[in-house]
Amino acid sequence: MTPDSAASRLSMTLSSSLESVDKLEHTAEDFAGRAGFDEDTVPHVAMAVREAAINAVLHGNSYNTSKQIIASFETTSTDFIFRIADQGTGFDPADLPDPLAPENILRGSGRGIFLIRAFMDEVHFRQLHPGTEITLIKHRAPSQPAT
Amino acid sequence: MSMKVATRQVDGVTILDLSGRITLGEGSVTLRDAVHDALAKGSKRILLNLADISYIDSSGIGELVSAFTSVKNAGGELKLLNLTRKVHDLLQITKLYTVFDVKDDEASAISSFK
Repeated sequence: MTPDSAASRLSMTLSSSLESVDKLEHTAEDFAGRAGFDEDTVPHVAMAVREAAINAVLHGNSYNTSKQIIASFETTSTDFIFRIADQGTGFDPADLPDPLAPENILRGSGRGIFLIRAFMDEVHFRQLHPGTEITLIKHRAPSQPAT
Repeated sequence: MSMKVATRQVDGVTILDLSGRITLGEGSVTLRDAVHDALAKGSKRILLNLADISYIDSSGIGELVSAFTSVKNAGGELKLLNLTRKVHDLLQITKLYTVFDVKDDEASAISSFK
């Protein structure tokens, strides 16, 4: 399950649980570190992955143990790519309220996608009928060799 | 590592020394319970010491906001002490840094409660 120079892609099918969220976060730290990101960027990538995983487990699958999440990590010569799909009812990211708006600033939730967008270079959503797939991309600098 | 809370009283201020991770699940619930417990005991001046918080996610940020509003709605004040750089940066990104009263010195934080 650990990425190395010979295996730059890893796929996982996991249960809808907080343990799965933690596992994906730790795997993201490992992958991002091996992709050559610096010590400030690795935690940001891991947090973005964690937030995407929380969305899949909590908002997508609603902790339903009969539903799974499918995730993959990939490091290419130019990018770190994380994909995660849930089996929920789907959502429109355009409907998400702006957490920085004065009327939302004191809300107790609604900052996950915002943080993902803050920390990653590209974020893409795809509706799966049922479910949602989110793809997170962080560009690697040309001087970041995989280890 | 889950979150832990130690509570102490200094000059009428309830200080919650938090350590570990404030994340979805146990960490957020622990923080919520600690703040509600302090309010139930009549504390109106609450200082969250985040010096030993190693990590916080969006749920943890939301829990800090909820704690802030809960204390404010109860007629009290909640302030933050000793933010790590990571937590500081997250509050900056989410524009919450100016919402919270953030202190970096315990003595001056305690004296700032009126």
